[in-house]
Amino acid sequence: MIRSEVLREIAPILRDHLVVCNIGLPSQELHMIDDQPSNFYMLGTMGLSSSIGLGVALAQDKTVISIDGDGSVLTNFGTLPTIANNVADNFILLIVDNGSYGSTGDQPTYAGKKTSLAAVAKACGCENVIECQDKDTGGVLQQAIDSKKMTVIVCKCDSGNIKLPVITMDPVVIRDRFMKSVQA
Amino acid sequence: MSINTKIVDDFVANGIEFVTTVPCKQLAGVIDEVEAREEIYHIPSNKEDEGMGLCAGAFMGGKRPAIIMQNTAIGVTVNTLVTLTQYYRMPLPMLISYRGELREPVACQVEMAVHTKALLNQLNIPTYHFHKESDADELDTILKYTFMCNKPVAILTDASFWGGYGDQ
Repeated sequence: MIRSEVLREIAPILRDHLVVCNIGLPSQELHMIDDQPSNFYMLGTMGLSSSIGLGVALAQDKTVISIDGDGSVLTNFGTLPTIANNVADNFILLIVDNGSYGSTGDQPTYAGKKTSLAAVAKACGCENVIECQDKDTGGVLQQAIDSKKMTVIVCKCDSGNIKLPVITMDPVVIRDRFMKSVQA
Repeated sequence: MSINTKIVDDFVANGIEFVTTVPCKQLAGVIDEVEAREEIYHIPSNKEDEGMGLCAGAFMGGKRPAIIMQNTAIGVTVNTLVTLTQYYRMPLPMLISYRGELREPVACQVEMAVHTKALLNQLNIPTYHFHKESDADELDTILKYTFMCNKPVAILTDASFWGGYGDQ
């Protein structure tokens, strides 16, 4: 499965929760598959999906799922120790690890070579780290939500992209409707 | 009252409950004070752009954030300030130690100091410079202004403000 197929499969789970979605194709795909006011689409700032999501989770009680990529986690590696040491049991970091920088033309990342993001997350002190295959992501994600324990999921999938339009929604609209979902 | 207590009192009085910090020698006292306050969730960051991501999330989650960092961070965070904090119109008070100003002992710090105000100006970030301790009297008003206009706002605090570096 490629990332868009994984997102299509987990969309029915995501729609009931606050979601912070990574820049580029992941946001464009989620926006096309199942746009929800509770989705915060990142239009810029590669690497900060996990940081933004952790901030939301620490500030309120609803479940927050950050959808990140292997390349973006590599860009902001410092996030993993911060997550490990500031436990928010309403926070799930879902790293869609296709071993490539998908939005920029599928250049390979180190996560697709020798580097294991699950092992790094564990070494940083994250207590619940699950590496799964693409087809199992829905079940693993639902289990993590139900466990009410902060969880890092590394979903191994194939690299590959579909053609789709950019998001033209105004950033302040994205932010405003997300904040209204937080307050709802 | 110490200047550290005064600064954090103003934070708390303005409803700031989420503070991220990247340390600087000049900021050690105010970071200790942030850590000590029960009203504030203190979350140290490994890098300042990460901290700005945390602050953006906390704001959307309903808590007023602030970041405490060194002016070298302006070089690290331009993209984040522009494409996250400003683009989505979020407030962010930035208490910044202004290294490389008068009384600075480390020459390399001057290299970033000479760019600090120019960069902030280029980014259209409202900027205040605390040089004397009494300048901090305006902090309360600056914080109110920040949350009124939903912008990142810089408060540069130089070595003279913090009382210099020991015996120099």
